[in-house]
Amino acid sequence: MTASGPLIRVDDLHRSYAANKALAGISLEVEAGTICGLIGPDGAGKTTLMRILCGLLRPDRGSAAVLGHDCLREKQRIKEDLGYMPQRFSLYPDLTVAENLRFFADLFGVPSAQREEIEARLMEFSRLGPYRSRRAGQLSGGMKQKLALSCTLIHTPKVLILDEPTTGVDPVSRVEFWDILRRLRGEGLALLVSTPYMDEAGLCDEVILMHQGRALERGKPSALGERYPRRLAVLRGKGMESALARLGDEKSETFSLHRFGDHLRLSCDSESTLERIRHELRDLPLVFEPAAAGIEDVFVEGIRRSAEGGGP
Amino acid sequence: MSAAAQPQPAVWARGLTRRFGSFTAVDAIDLDIPPGEVFGFLGANGAGKTTAIRMLCGLLKPSDGEARVAGFRVGAESERLKRRIGYMSQRFSLYGDLSVRENLEFFGGIYGIEGEALGERSDQLLPRLDLVGREEELAASLPLGYQQRLALGCALLHGPAVLFLDEPTGGVDPLARRRFWDLIYEQAAGGVTVFVTTHYMDEAEYCGRVSIMVSGRIVALGSPAELKRESGGGTMQEVFLKVVAP
Repeated sequence: MTASGPLIRVDDLHRSYAANKALAGISLEVEAGTICGLIGPDGAGKTTLMRILCGLLRPDRGSAAVLGHDCLREKQRIKEDLGYMPQRFSLYPDLTVAENLRFFADLFGVPSAQREEIEARLMEFSRLGPYRSRRAGQLSGGMKQKLALSCTLIHTPKVLILDEPTTGVDPVSRVEFWDILRRLRGEGLALLVSTPYMDEAGLCDEVILMHQGRALERGKPSALGERYPRRLAVLRGKGMESALARLGDEKSETFSLHRFGDHLRLSCDSESTLERIRHELRDLPLVFEPAAAGIEDVFVEGIRRSAEGGGP
Repeated sequence: MSAAAQPQPAVWARGLTRRFGSFTAVDAIDLDIPPGEVFGFLGANGAGKTTAIRMLCGLLKPSDGEARVAGFRVGAESERLKRRIGYMSQRFSLYGDLSVRENLEFFGGIYGIEGEALGERSDQLLPRLDLVGREEELAASLPLGYQQRLALGCALLHGPAVLFLDEPTGGVDPLARRRFWDLIYEQAAGGVTVFVTTHYMDEAEYCGRVSIMVSGRIVALGSPAELKRESGGGTMQEVFLKVVAP
């Protein structure tokens, strides 16, 4: 059968480890040709969700399906369409780049007639061609990740699940890695990618901000900022220290003031609060500039709200 | 120690160089970091950051040039230098099977802070780190944000003049991260110089000034706002990529 609709579907997943709720009711869908980003800190439940999708872990409640096949009951069926790159992907350090690829081709039973073409394409994709005879153990962090991705793609899956593929990778290699992901999206794959880094949100078609096993927010990265309900301002100038001394320690529901390197970031519940604070600080040498909400602001607001809502 | 007539830079380097055979990992860098500054030290892998930091921490002798950290000469006075710096990395070296208090005692022991002095310093740090009431809990059982603050406490126990942080807030939620940085700024306001290395540009945004290293040299230096302006706008990530891979 050919699946229409989303290639990945997760419905109300729950999973606990002893008393620790790793997943507390999360749902998501990923269509063909899209990148869905799971963004959240360590312990948010990202890996648990991915392991359930790969049929490696049984949920306590809820269901997960890839291309319309249940991840538990039809585990064998989904294997051929699913590529999974765990956080610590096991490359063989003593094997060369080409030998690692060949090993995974064997493992997935890739027909020998197709191997050459697939391998050539992956080498081109990943720009690992010049390093084909280098041992995997001798590759840089960024190149190792590209090789792991290539091994994950060896059986030409339709769905890719990548668990923090860019953690610890330097910024230049990260950009290159994301370029590859976008090309795969262009070829119609559905990608679910987790990351602890807010600045990678903008590279996804949809993001899900995950915290304590739940989705705090979801949507197009640009739309998340637009929906942000508070007023933000950036404050610069010599009066920064005094402003912090006056207001920084104040615990308030209506505003927060934090330092970010060379400026302060003020978040207010309303325009009138912003005006009041501007008035309170009017004697200080400070310039107020309006600011747009970033993913981090949205995340912090989400955590604040879920805590208010009497969360766990 | 006599009071200096003018404030000495906390981290100072002139032509600091390190060669490995024919390869120059760090190529004549200069640094002037005043006390109390939060300074970001960025660069792609292999740019020479780690080598530079190992020299500044007194773990590696320079091939050429000179540097002073907390007033001590890198190389000649490395042992005294080491006692005046603190170090915390993302995968912090806490002992998971030891309690909060035992971790503090352990790290205190390394720096020769024991008995009354340790008690005093702990009493001072624990409330600031929001760890009061958790003294007997095992480090491994603490939520990540708390572990991070404990690791910071262990690095601050001996009252270092310069604090080296290596991707200090990787993997924690943004709220915990903001709280962590509030603590760092507090230390900086008290005169501690903070030297941050990171691959993540949102951490770089927390620094007062940022330097970017390429092939052993510092090729960009300024506040995040200045660097963005010079680069014609955009995010720190875009600035970084322009500088590193033009």
